[in-house]
Amino acid sequence: MIFYEYEARKIVELAGIPVTKYGFCQTPEEARKIAEEIGGPTVIKSQVLTGGRMKAGGVKFADTPDEAAQHAEDILKLEINGHMPVGVLVDPKAEVKQEYYASVVWDGTAKKPLMLFSDMGGIDIEQVAEEHPDHVGRGHISNLLPVGDYEAKQVIAATGVTGSQLNRATPILAKLARLFRENDMILAEINPLAELTDGTFVALDAHMEMESEAEGRQKKLLRKELGIAEDDNRDPYVPSEFEKNVKEIDAADHRGVIQGKDHGFEGNLGLVIGAGGGSLTLTDAVRSQGGKPANYSEIGGNPSVAKACGLAKEVLKKDGVEKIAVMMSIVSNTRVDIVARGVIKACLELGKDPGETIAIFRIPGAWEDEGNKILDHYGVEYCDRSVSLWDAAGRAVAKIQEQN
Amino acid sequence: MSILLNKDTTFIVQGITGREAVNLTKECLDYGSKVVGGVTPGRKGREVHGVPVFDTVEQAVENHGSQIDGSIVTVPPGFTKDAVIEAIDNGIKLIVVVTERIPRGDVAEMVEFANMHDARIIGPNCLGLIVPEVCKMGGIGGPAKDAAKSYSPGVVGVMSRSGGMTTEISSSLTAAGLGVSTAVSIGGDAIIGSSYAELMPYFEADEETRAIVIYTEPGGRMEAQLADWQAENNSRLPIVAFMAGKFMDDESMKGMTFGHAGTIVEGKEDSATEKIKRLESAGITVVERIDEIPDAVKERIGA
Repeated sequence: MIFYEYEARKIVELAGIPVTKYGFCQTPEEARKIAEEIGGPTVIKSQVLTGGRMKAGGVKFADTPDEAAQHAEDILKLEINGHMPVGVLVDPKAEVKQEYYASVVWDGTAKKPLMLFSDMGGIDIEQVAEEHPDHVGRGHISNLLPVGDYEAKQVIAATGVTGSQLNRATPILAKLARLFRENDMILAEINPLAELTDGTFVALDAHMEMESEAEGRQKKLLRKELGIAEDDNRDPYVPSEFEKNVKEIDAADHRGVIQGKDHGFEGNLGLVIGAGGGSLTLTDAVRSQGGKPANYSEIGGNPSVAKACGLAKEVLKKDGVEKIAVMMSIVSNTRVDIVARGVIKACLELGKDPGETIAIFRIPGAWEDEGNKILDHYGVEYCDRSVSLWDAAGRAVAKIQEQN
Repeated sequence: MSILLNKDTTFIVQGITGREAVNLTKECLDYGSKVVGGVTPGRKGREVHGVPVFDTVEQAVENHGSQIDGSIVTVPPGFTKDAVIEAIDNGIKLIVVVTERIPRGDVAEMVEFANMHDARIIGPNCLGLIVPEVCKMGGIGGPAKDAAKSYSPGVVGVMSRSGGMTTEISSSLTAAGLGVSTAVSIGGDAIIGSSYAELMPYFEADEETRAIVIYTEPGGRMEAQLADWQAENNSRLPIVAFMAGKFMDDESMKGMTFGHAGTIVEGKEDSATEKIKRLESAGITVVERIDEIPDAVKERIGA
């Protein structure tokens, strides 16, 4: 789950890291009120789950509460990269002396969280790492032992930061590392971490992302502290009808798993494919041989006939789909005959001839003899493991091209 | 020969009374594996296909009378970390974690604990490993008669991020007469117990293994780690790699699976294109098509 800035700031605040006295609101009137309470120049920031806010005009400065209200009105109407804001954040305009960067991410190779710190904050950390590697400090933390302040101190000191700045930044990075672990984050970033003219440090912007697998055990933070609704899943794009329907069919039955995606696909060959690795391999194989997949899908874990049928139907119902290819890497758990029955049922229920509609059926493995009998009966072309995933995909592509 | 397993390897199944675990136990027994016990809390005294069930790993070890080599862990995600640590704490050195959807923090904790106790974790989110005609630890290859079709003994070590593709590739190696020394489904998660590079020394030490095949996907930097290992270790083993998911490099697919989390650690090495470049520069043969694997192996070993 990706968090909006106002939520990320709240998470940071809950961890004991200082933040400015910001306010989140959804109307110009509320924005005016918050600006009045702040009582000075403010910044109005669009709350969207996308980058490039500043460039798009989603961040504006105001000298008066009236101006703050006006900016809020404009920003609330402003779409950024296809996203409408959920509100605006009203922040006091900070008197910044220096900007720093602090974050914690996973290092998959070391299998440990990695703390990062830079005294060149406010800009893209990747760029800093490339151009000024001596200005980026790094250090892993244990997954078992408590995070020591000294570990954060070492990382910061490695960038050359010393004096009171070192002592003020140390607990902030250590707290960030602790919240990363405790809240199951996959990204916890404060950028910029600002040193104000009075010498104090505050988190001026924060980016947080929680691992989806851990949401179940982070309910207290998600529901109680942040008030995020159960069904607020924050997809990176608006799911299509196809995607929604497949998800529903999958959820209705616990046996097996089906997944379907069609964002970025708009071909004429429907793919009813699996499992994870097989689907990736097959999608490539179709495209490399000049085929145009209408979708991506995954079948796995021995789904019921109804589920296999449901997926095939949704694929067949998509605009522009002329044929489907039913293909999987060798199965050991999923039963060939069940998938065969499911896809044939889908064709029949939609009034289509399975032999014409199914370009190829290539699923070798468990119960294949039983599956082949059914396919024979309906005149569906099938092949066994002696036909590679590449060749099976090629046959499907050739068939659909022949027709056109 | 083999890596990690041999004909004498004993193991237990934690979560043995679950539906999938019951099947998996039968498959392993039918293949000839030595399943010496199972654990499901509260189910002590039962049997699963003749395998005694216990409440704790400690009881299973006590019943066996000597150290048990391995454990297959197939319990719900919320209980996995505890189960793995329980196994390690009872002297088990090889753990296959089948369970999916375990938060990264838990996986990292198990791995750190395993490292402290000289134990090795395979997975999570994997199908285990198999030494053809010797031992099968996990659902890899499916029922014994299906596994026999896909896996014959031979010279190629297989490591794969996809369980199904482990069998697909091994089947093609078997059909080509090359066979498999040991095949490991290493798991598809962002953090796993054993990466390609971490398993390479085992294959390197196995005289029977003459080449390695890896199946790989976008995301993470495990391939970069393998490329580095290969460049640094002057391995006797040629490696053939297949990269799936090249379509994910398309602009329209970006952001669907690539988060910006960790980009500084993972660098720009996440994409299929970058990974292929990197593997090739380390002398690893990257085939374009899945069916080119057996010939590429033959060419590399001069067979």
